[in-house]
Order: sequence, then C-alpha cells, then structure tokens
Amino acid sequence: MARLHGILLRIAQRECRRRGPRLRITGPELEDLAYQAAADALMAIIAKLGQFRGESRFTTWAYKVVILEVSTKIGRHFWRRRDVQLDAEDWDRLPGRFGFEPAQESEWRDLLAALHRAVDTELTPRQREVFVALVLNGVPLDALAVRLGSNRNAIYKMMFDARRKLRTALAANGYMDHHTSRRS
Amino acid sequence: MNGWPELDRFLRTDPRDVGCAEAMEVLHVYVELVASGAPAEQQYPGIAAHLHACGPCGEDFEALLAAVRDTTD
Repeated sequence: MARLHGILLRIAQRECRRRGPRLRITGPELEDLAYQAAADALMAIIAKLGQFRGESRFTTWAYKVVILEVSTKIGRHFWRRRDVQLDAEDWDRLPGRFGFEPAQESEWRDLLAALHRAVDTELTPRQREVFVALVLNGVPLDALAVRLGSNRNAIYKMMFDARRKLRTALAANGYMDHHTSRRS
Repeated sequence: MNGWPELDRFLRTDPRDVGCAEAMEVLHVYVELVASGAPAEQQYPGIAAHLHACGPCGEDFEALLAAVRDTTD
C-alpha cells in the first residue's frame, strides 16, 4: 500500500507541476494539491477495488484514478484565488481566442457580430452561461463544473450542443460550412 | 469556411464523440492500446473523437499515457 501511494504521489506531483504554472499555482500549494490527490486517489482505489475488471493492468487503472483526482482538485482550487465573475462578458477576448489578427478586423468584424448574435438568440440561458464562462472568461471546464455543482460530462455536453447550434446559425448566414466534422 | 481555422475547429462537432463520462470510463484501456501501438482510434473511434475535442479529457489522456510510458520504460 505504501508503495502504491508512493507511485500515486509521484504521478500527482508530476501532473501538478505540469499543470500548475498555467493555472498560476506554485510552491507549497502545488505540493499540497499533489499530496491530497494521491491520498484521495488511494482511498478511492481501495473503495472501487471491486470495480476493477482486469481490462488493463491494475497500475494503469490506478494511475487513471490519481490523474482524475488531480484534475478535480485543480478545478476546485481555481476558485480560491480567482475573482472571476461568471456573468461578466469580455467579448474583446474573442478575437485573440480565435486567432483573429487586429490587422484583419475588417474581415472578421461581421463574423464576430454574427457569432455574438447567435450566442444571444440561439443558445438557451444555461448554454449561454456556459459559453460566456468557458469562452469569454476563460474559466477551465473542470472549475466551471465545480462552481455550477455539475460535472465535466454535463458541461461538455452543454457546450457540444451550443457549438453545434452556433455553427448551424453561422452556416445559415453564409459565414461557415454547414457540416459537422468526421475526422479523417 | 476555412479562413478562421481556430473558430472552425472550435465549432466542429463530431457525431461519434462519446462524451467525457464514457471516455473516462475506458481511458485506461484506451491508453494501454495506444502505448502498445495498437490501432486504438479504429477500435474506439468515439473515444478518439472525444479526446481530440475535449481539452480536459485530452489532457488526462496525455497524462495517463505519459505515466504508463514512464513506468514501462
């Protein structure tokens, strides 16, 4: 058990160090997150032992548990240090978010206005809330799930449906191809 | 519309995409296939589609793959 904990801790530390700086978490806070993730993962593994069906090596399954713990913990931690207003709408962020160059503004201004209209008219209030938080305010998806008392899957599905609606609206107005993708 | 590739990519949705819950359920199996060089994308196209599209799940996939490779090297 101590050996498993040691391995989980090493993986948690590596993940926290890799993801932390991007989220402006450093030093002892990052170490704490790693220790908490490893400890909680060990507890979860013990509790879920009966769910392991032998489809992979046990260690791979266990590593998955600790990595998902790190993601959840970082999502929760986001709100400790950030004063992000979920309903603030920073539309000026959008050109940068989608790589629109200022020099080409005359080309993308109408497209962006059409996207803004589609967000206002095509999305449900909840889809709009999720779009604003994720896309305009740059809230990480796991952090948003924590704040909304939801989960990653539900938020992703909401955004998936929103993306499809927005594409359809932009396509109807000639700004974009109609098709959804099938990856080659 | 290919003039704005970032927006185009963001708004693309793949009907095969299984979502986060199903992808995370089998992530350990999928990662072992990838690590062994097996055609995981062909075997699990819905998982592959999801991992391409979902940032957090894609990040977890990369992390697990790195952990598996690190311990088998």
